[in-house]
Amino acid sequence: MARNPARPLSPHLTIWKWGPHMLVSILHRATGSALAIAGGVLFIWWLTALAGGEASYAHFIDLMTSDRTGKLNLIPAIVLIGLTWSFFQHMCSGIRHLLLDTGAGYELKLNKMGSIATIVISVTLTILVWFAIFARGI
Amino acid sequence: MGTGTGIGRVRGLGSAKHGSHHWWQQRLTAASNLLLLVWLVVSLLRLPLYDYRALVLWLSSPWASVPLILATISVFYHLRLGLQVVIEDYQHDFSRVIALVLLNFYAIAGAALAIFAILKVAFSGAVA
Repeated sequence: MARNPARPLSPHLTIWKWGPHMLVSILHRATGSALAIAGGVLFIWWLTALAGGEASYAHFIDLMTSDRTGKLNLIPAIVLIGLTWSFFQHMCSGIRHLLLDTGAGYELKLNKMGSIATIVISVTLTILVWFAIFARGI
Repeated sequence: MGTGTGIGRVRGLGSAKHGSHHWWQQRLTAASNLLLLVWLVVSLLRLPLYDYRALVLWLSSPWASVPLILATISVFYHLRLGLQVVIEDYQHDFSRVIALVLLNFYAIAGAALAIFAILKVAFSGAVA
């Protein structure tokens, strides 16, 4: 892995003008990592709390939603909404990757549109899901 | 080795014939994730999530517990493949080996915990 510092590096992040396709590319990795770690741990936590019986599940729900005064627990709410968006972003971006794997969608304009679409769709789905959740009170 | 022509030195050192395995498994689990997690999100939105009994009743049906177990396997395999690439991109010395071992521990232990919890609820839930 020893690199001769005298040799030039290929052009990297700093030299390119940022576009939506670059943003979506790095977001795919960032949201994937967040889902894999925070999402995975939360998923295990949810299921083991459920397996622990009624009291342990009630404790988990209290922690994730609101304290005894009925006030919303802000940090879990932010984490859950963030993970919801991460999920939809990773899903849309993943579908885009599957399409790109077929060799389609590399025309500059279409490629840019596709990457913007993943963000628009993921934000819209996140808003819809959380609107539905808050509308009925989890 | 090391004395022949250029082509002679590299002949036989090429593809181990599983070069596309990781790539293909990642696509395959991406597809199964898509199906299983869309099902899960729709199911969760239709359930009263705060209601312990409703969730236990839901998981006591094989039509819920089995897809949830499949989703667990698919998701944890997919996240193991994905994080492996992330680690390989950013960790270059011995820390890479440690990170990869920890990743495997996390993926396998996490999936085992989740599956055990699902089965426990599924098998004991109907009685409660």
